[in-house]
Amino acid sequence: MAAANEFRRKKVIDALIAAIRKKKKALPSPCRVMEVCGTHTMTIHKYGLQPMLSEAGIDMVSGPGCPVCITPGEVHEAAIRLVTERENVILATFGDMTRIPTRRGSLQSIAPARGSEVRIVYSPDETLELARRHEDKEIVFFGVGFETTIPSIALTARSAGKEKLPNFSILSALWVIPPPLRAILESGEVRISGFLYPGHVSAIIGQEPYEFIAREFGYPGVIAGFEPGDILLGILSLLDQIREKKPIVANEYRRVVRPEGNPVARKIMEEILEPKDACWRGLGVIPRSGLRLRTGFAAYDAELKHDLRIDARESDLPGCRCGAVLRGLLSPPQCPLFGKKCTPESPHGPCMVSFEGACFVHHKYGGPRS
Amino acid sequence: MKRISLELGGGGKTMRDFIAGLIVPAFKNPILSGLLDAGHLPSGFAFTTDGYVVDPIFFPGGDIGKLAINGTVNDLVVSGAVPLYLSLGLILEEGLEWTALERIIRSLKTAAERARVRIVTGDTKVVKQGQADKIFIHTSGIGRIVATPSPGLIGPGDAIILTGTLGEHSVAILTARGDFGLESRVKSDCAPLNFLIPFWKSGVLWMRDITRGGLATILSELAEQIPYSILVDEDRIPMSNPVRAATELLGIDPLYLACEGRAVLVVPERKARAVLSRIKKDPLGRKAALIGRIEQRIGRPGELLLRTSAGGLRRLEPLTSELLPRIC
Repeated sequence: MAAANEFRRKKVIDALIAAIRKKKKALPSPCRVMEVCGTHTMTIHKYGLQPMLSEAGIDMVSGPGCPVCITPGEVHEAAIRLVTERENVILATFGDMTRIPTRRGSLQSIAPARGSEVRIVYSPDETLELARRHEDKEIVFFGVGFETTIPSIALTARSAGKEKLPNFSILSALWVIPPPLRAILESGEVRISGFLYPGHVSAIIGQEPYEFIAREFGYPGVIAGFEPGDILLGILSLLDQIREKKPIVANEYRRVVRPEGNPVARKIMEEILEPKDACWRGLGVIPRSGLRLRTGFAAYDAELKHDLRIDARESDLPGCRCGAVLRGLLSPPQCPLFGKKCTPESPHGPCMVSFEGACFVHHKYGGPRS
Repeated sequence: MKRISLELGGGGKTMRDFIAGLIVPAFKNPILSGLLDAGHLPSGFAFTTDGYVVDPIFFPGGDIGKLAINGTVNDLVVSGAVPLYLSLGLILEEGLEWTALERIIRSLKTAAERARVRIVTGDTKVVKQGQADKIFIHTSGIGRIVATPSPGLIGPGDAIILTGTLGEHSVAILTARGDFGLESRVKSDCAPLNFLIPFWKSGVLWMRDITRGGLATILSELAEQIPYSILVDEDRIPMSNPVRAATELLGIDPLYLACEGRAVLVVPERKARAVLSRIKKDPLGRKAALIGRIEQRIGRPGELLLRTSAGGLRRLEPLTSELLPRIC
């Protein structure tokens, strides 16, 4: 904790901002940095770094790094159909997921079928316990996450297999980070000078999966931690890469992220899951960007077991601009619904629900109104 | 169909909207519309009421009985009244252990003596097993008015004083429940705030005890009532190390945590130092600190702003979701 506190002391932050301002001045072009991860978005706003960075000449733009937000409406709707149309189903999921608004309402607002219910869990293990305790019910774990949480979600399928739990399955909303970054770059829609790569995801996948961004597209990038100082150090590294015209994948979070990542966690993922083409909210279908259970674990795939037909058509609520926010095209306050029809108490889109959602973060931790 | 959610009882914006949208219009009268923690009656007395549903009923540093006295006493104190008489309503679940009830009654007695109030009337109901959880308590209180809080007199430069460390009660409850598998030795700060009554005579303009919604929600409600902004300095907010560590670990913002023995005061600029040093002389005010000021030049009127430990500046919004149900 002591080390972390050093990274948020005013003296340290002031010095880093001054260094950023100086380096930015020496560059001719504007500097826009995409923070890929929702937790980075939160740090930037929670500590009030946004106005300081903007004054130093750095624009920050949020990326698609909130798993709850990028899970498209039709997957949320499939979960709602399951628990409203089938009896004796316990749909277990993380708290944020129950508040996502869809055309059918949210998991929190709907009336479940007889004997069915929605349960909030804090860890994947709890879902197995539910299956053991409620033999007469069908437990469906609506699991959502990026590489950081995927291993622990995947392990529930392995445990269920070992215990031969007949009443357990996973509705997976599991996403991997590098493919959407390629999609964003290939679309050419967003002007970006470089990327802040997510610290926790990188602790699992390592540096290699981002190399194509420097090699093929020529964009600088840096893996950064989650303290204010971590983020500013990351931006300094980006500015150096821009000045030297040598884009690489730098690692400024070496106290947590090893270059090779965490091979043990990756092995678990590969044993249980396989890539699939998947639809992201706002980004559409991206090759090999989602994960599903391998054939050996198909008995625990809720989509197959309960014959859920997930219709891959866009299903945003009318007026919702979350898709544009997730692509980095729109800053949350630019959305006409922001803070008016769409607030944390009555969200109109997923980015206003999740604690890592760009709209929620901008709403909760906004700067003083000028 | 619209249904009641836990959020409604969280002390945040949803609860305020409910009170303003359904309660105030239904019972419209000038006393209620003041929306003080206790209504000021024409006779020179203040009247308040509060329900207690805390889970667990015994926790480090207190129990539901101690809470039921101090919570109601504190509502009177911060409304400018000397607490005098309380009622005691018990709702018991069939099957509650007799010894637990005896222990709670003893605790009610001790807390009432310490807060110098008398319990003068009461009621007891028992419901079938499962229709309540062990014991719920309801107390109402009457106090003699000695001052009228005057947010209208608050001006630029006035000081915001916090009477002690934040968050102990919430962290104590959380760990006593075993939520998140967390253990700690943090004790609830549950205490009567009678020691603050004399400060009404020293020019204090406004007081609130920090309960549900936490410091951030309470100060943003104040900010909305005045034509200035409020700037709070994160580094000056007193907090114990265990609370800091627990909230960091759980990703909970301590600025939204409930206390049961802390208050926040607004004091005119020129009196701030004297008031602070006198508060610090009381054992319950030892950690008191000047944490912020009323501002005219930063932000917009009605805004609550935080100068973060990193030196950044941002808005503080009222609580919007339920953090910890059944905290009091």
